[in-house]
Amino acid sequence: MNRSDLVVIGAGPAGMVAAATAAEKGLSVTLLDEQSRPGGQIYRDVDRAAGKRGDILGPDFKHGTALTRALRESAVEHVTGAVVWAIEDGFRISYTKAGPASQVAADRILLATGALERPMPVPGWTLPGVMTAGAAQILLKQSGVIARRAVIAGSGPLLYLIAAQMVRAGTPPLALVETQSRADLRRAARHAGGALRGWQYLAKGLKLMAEIARARVPRYTGATNIAIEGDGRAEAVSFRSRGRNQRLECETVLLHHGVVPNTQAARSIGVAHRWNATQAAFSPVLDQWGATELEGVYIAGDGAGIGGAEVAEVAGRLAALQIATQAKRLSEAERDRLAAPLFSRKARDMAIRPFLDTAYPPAAEALLPEDATIICRCEEVTAGDVRRYAEMGCLGPNQTKAFGRPGMGPCQGRYCGLTVTAILSEAHGQTPDETGYFRIRPPLKPVTLGELAAIETPVQGAAE
Amino acid sequence: MKTDSPFLELEDSPLVAVWFDGAPLELPDGANLAAALLAAGVGVFRHTPVSAAPRAPFCMMGACFDCLVEIDGVVRQACMMEVVEGLRVSKPHETGGKHEPE
Repeated sequence: MNRSDLVVIGAGPAGMVAAATAAEKGLSVTLLDEQSRPGGQIYRDVDRAAGKRGDILGPDFKHGTALTRALRESAVEHVTGAVVWAIEDGFRISYTKAGPASQVAADRILLATGALERPMPVPGWTLPGVMTAGAAQILLKQSGVIARRAVIAGSGPLLYLIAAQMVRAGTPPLALVETQSRADLRRAARHAGGALRGWQYLAKGLKLMAEIARARVPRYTGATNIAIEGDGRAEAVSFRSRGRNQRLECETVLLHHGVVPNTQAARSIGVAHRWNATQAAFSPVLDQWGATELEGVYIAGDGAGIGGAEVAEVAGRLAALQIATQAKRLSEAERDRLAAPLFSRKARDMAIRPFLDTAYPPAAEALLPEDATIICRCEEVTAGDVRRYAEMGCLGPNQTKAFGRPGMGPCQGRYCGLTVTAILSEAHGQTPDETGYFRIRPPLKPVTLGELAAIETPVQGAAE
Repeated sequence: MKTDSPFLELEDSPLVAVWFDGAPLELPDGANLAAALLAAGVGVFRHTPVSAAPRAPFCMMGACFDCLVEIDGVVRQACMMEVVEGLRVSKPHETGGKHEPE
């Protein structure tokens, strides 16, 4: 049974860089990732896709091949197709790969589990034909599959990126329905200093918007009352924009209003999280290296708070330097010498975030949906149901499970947790920190009895 | 069937025979199963156990579990699987155990 100095979970930019850096410093490293090839979601299948579709996906995507190459050339043991379902003290990590369950032990762990799309519960969002914009990107990156007649709805820079990529592929979206307004942009102006420090991001954004404009893709801004209509599948999007009701027929609706840290694994082992009001999401409590308050547990990348791919890469390297120092493979002086330029680069890359987060806030109506809207996709619980539980005295997210099962389906609250916290916070006049979040327990992903029965010999040395 | 799909495939790749709910499909060998089924025009992957509402892939990254299908008696996420020759895929067996969310 394997024991590693470090187990990294997630092979996106943070995980790939952290694993390779730690291995370079002499640590034995196991990298567990669900996908069959490295890259995470941002660089999904980059080694195959960059060659086939690099022109559509753009140079930022192709950069991922530098990270996968460094990983390949390292001594890291990269276990692909590994679905992690439990992390226990000691540490002992249980995962399933193509059938039987396996376990690996580690002195330290780094969670690089990335981000999830912020849930965007609007009427009709459960219909077939409705996907996240991130899903559309994954389809394009990994499979070269693209929606023929799509409306993209929500807010945030990712909308422009996927729209521009669709334009380049010769299949532009039918329209962009954007919830942000001129008032948001005015509010964001006070973060202009940060925006100027991050001018490369702005320049990229303007270039994308120009591509979309050249393709004559209609843009509707300040959209409210977004609803997806259809009998058994998405057939149209209706909304109000600039005082007029609109209805756009389509086959596919791509929703997006930002991404949020995927906190499932961290919460399952008791890492403390705090509400980040600017990002409207919970983030883990970390020091400058990405260390949690739990001994030996580190977090890097978007799972630590949304910063994007470049910040994830830097944060992965910083965490690896600290882990190597803790493991006595690197002196503090050497760590600090290597870290200094990384801290400046991280600060520079993060400078744009307050501007972006203010200019493209989440759609208010999807943070606190109307009563009839389903908020828990798995168990089909509506916003009104949760409000009713609150009136009946339900105080916290965990208690809602006893009332009506939100968060108890197979996705385990990944796509309703933030909404349940928001609705209860509003109902009781509490902050999200006071309301809290679902308690996350293993198994983090479903595991069959057969997979458990086929588990290999238990790990030697893990705490029992 | 492909012309009816709301999705377009940018490239041609070698196809293999796969069944969905008993119907034969030709899907790209080694492709992501959920993506390949969507491109082949499969619009409904499952019906929910609560209200029997139709569902199809939503997140494509293993998080939402809306793309659940049944293969060899095991319910799996189609977006986390690859196409292999002869795969027999069906909608998850509906238990009939519908329950009220009360």
